[in-house]
Amino acid sequence: MNLGPYASFILGAYGAAALIVTAMVAWVLIDHRRQARALTDLEARGVTRRSEPRPGQATTEART
Amino acid sequence: MPLIDLANPTRFLKLSSRILPWFAAATLIVFALGLWLIASAPDDYQHGAAVKIMFIHVPAAWLSMGCWTVMTIAALGTLVWRHPLADVAARAAAPLGAAFTAMCLITGMLWGRPMWGAYWVWDGRLTSVLVLFLMYLGVLALWRTVEDPTRAARAAAVLTLVGAINLPIIKFSVDWWSTLHQPAAVLRLGGPTIHPSLLTPLLVMALAFLLLFITLHLAAMRNEIMRRRVRTMLMLQAEAAGR
Repeated sequence: MNLGPYASFILGAYGAAALIVTAMVAWVLIDHRRQARALTDLEARGVTRRSEPRPGQATTEART
Repeated sequence: MPLIDLANPTRFLKLSSRILPWFAAATLIVFALGLWLIASAPDDYQHGAAVKIMFIHVPAAWLSMGCWTVMTIAALGTLVWRHPLADVAARAAAPLGAAFTAMCLITGMLWGRPMWGAYWVWDGRLTSVLVLFLMYLGVLALWRTVEDPTRAARAAAVLTLVGAINLPIIKFSVDWWSTLHQPAAVLRLGGPTIHPSLLTPLLVMALAFLLLFITLHLAAMRNEIMRRRVRTMLMLQAEAAGR
């Protein structure tokens, strides 16, 4: 594939786009890991939300 | 299942965990197809190989406005129906919108330099897209600044609705004012003016970008719901410790 005299601009544009897409994916994955770890830690300490069923209670839909 | 039932956060988490892998796989496949089509696409008779920048610039530009449209619909959900998922959707879309707008601006500058002889000109289209980028940053800053989530959600929703005025300005700026930016060539009355050999890779890449946005938006919404649950649990823990 010959990109001609504009090769640096074309490669620069695709490089910038790849960098931004990578940053978005990394942000989502890192954030997910962080929130999942925080939830696990809190649950391990016995903290539950009011809407969550306690042991022996019927299951109900939870809110955010 | 009624559509409104999907707006329950717990049900949303269950459903999204099932569909997310499929959207992620579809995104990768369509991106691979799009890049293959770009590699085999002919050069433009006027712009040469630089036309390849268009295949990422145009979908990024569409999504920069698409994300704000999603946020505008979500803002109505926050203000009118006060639904908790509406603010979650808006908050998850804003960083993605800012990223796509940055991509649009950077690739546009790298298109402008060889084609127009300048990275930047203060014309209607470029300036209105820059304003959109600044609005994304403003909304993100607002969410971080206001501590009470309910107040932050309402303030961000109002700002989002006001900012939506910029969307038609961006769209019609090339028709209203004299500009270096070319007029609409795909989404226009009378149909596209681009040759099918260039239009096909452009539309495939637009689909790939759309799938990427849906995948990342669903994942970011899940993260936001988890963040709010962590916040609630921390508050309950502090409340219990204070008793």
